[in-house]
Amino acid sequence: MLEEIKVRIESAVPGCQLEIIPNGSPSGQHSLLLDPPHALEVAKFLRDDPELRLDYCSNVTGVDWLDTEQSPGHLEAVYHLYSMEKKHGPIVLRMRTENRSDKVHLPSVTPIWRSAEFQEREIFDLYGIIFDGHPDLRRIMMWDEFEDHPMRKDYVEPDDYEYEPTPHDHVLTRAKEHVERNPQ
Amino acid sequence: MDQKLKIELSKQGIVTTTLEELYNWGRKNSVWPMTFGLACCAIEMIATSMARYDLARFGAEVFRPSPRQADLMIVSGTVTKKMAPQVVRLYNQMAEPKYVIAMGACAISGGPFKQGYNVLKGIDRYIPVDVHIPGCPPRPEALIDAFMTLQKKIDEQALTGTGRPRHLVADAPSEFVVPRFGAHDLEPPKNPDVFHILNNDEPCSAGEVDARRD
Repeated sequence: MLEEIKVRIESAVPGCQLEIIPNGSPSGQHSLLLDPPHALEVAKFLRDDPELRLDYCSNVTGVDWLDTEQSPGHLEAVYHLYSMEKKHGPIVLRMRTENRSDKVHLPSVTPIWRSAEFQEREIFDLYGIIFDGHPDLRRIMMWDEFEDHPMRKDYVEPDDYEYEPTPHDHVLTRAKEHVERNPQ
Repeated sequence: MDQKLKIELSKQGIVTTTLEELYNWGRKNSVWPMTFGLACCAIEMIATSMARYDLARFGAEVFRPSPRQADLMIVSGTVTKKMAPQVVRLYNQMAEPKYVIAMGACAISGGPFKQGYNVLKGIDRYIPVDVHIPGCPPRPEALIDAFMTLQKKIDEQALTGTGRPRHLVADAPSEFVVPRFGAHDLEPPKNPDVFHILNNDEPCSAGEVDARRD
């Protein structure tokens, strides 16, 4: 199924680089990795193609992949598409940024699927991916003055562990650190 | 006045009272809450005010849509850090005497979202809370119990002397610091004038809690 779609996209959008990311779990929801320069064209094709008609983007989310010894880290946006007209789906799309620090731009698909607007804002807020072409890219959960991205794996939350009546695990560690830093 | 004498007089058909008693009786039976809900606890609060639980029995059915006319703020739900300045500002805008019920696990401590990046660890970090009720969400009975606790508290307030309530002390604060949005957290992250904690490793015992409450 996904292989067929990949072939059709490659013939419709010349020059695009696609890759199927296999999912080993029983659900087997394999996903399609898009290359950002052609992503908008591919998205348009997926929506308008008479056989696919993926007219509904139900979910957009982000993933933070930290740097490992094998590969540098990157941020990822994941889109789940369904077709209301043809009653099929989901097709899972992914896009990856070049790194986690300065090259974090991805094209926005909000011009194709309006439902992605708020969710792309959420990813911008929580993961720090900058969506080019988004009509209104502002923070949505946190306040405008906030500078961090709380869903990134290396996010350090503010040290407000002064009163923890039932500390355990990670909270216990943080509470102890707090006490060490602020002796009575 | 001597309680025995008072009871004896009432048996003879003579009602005696004091200004303090009359004043507190009037106040405790007309506590008007503010129309203000934050999350799912608000649904329970609404249910409490409706016919089945009927908060009107306690004189608190008039939910005022303005902080200027309200006596009681029921913080019903999760206070996010983004919402906290507005909550404190609304509290500041209320006229004295004013009371706060922190309703539900989130409002008293952050609850199930305690370690969340955008959840305030209890509204008592910024404003003084009179009654805390746990629960997720608390049932209407629990809110009524909290309300009756507050009524008892109002009833016991002496109008003169050192133990008199805050609104009768001229130099006691009536407004509290509204936190600002900072780059990493709210600034200040807590108001030490309101939020007192023992800074030690041991979780405090029940006795210490009572001692601090007094």
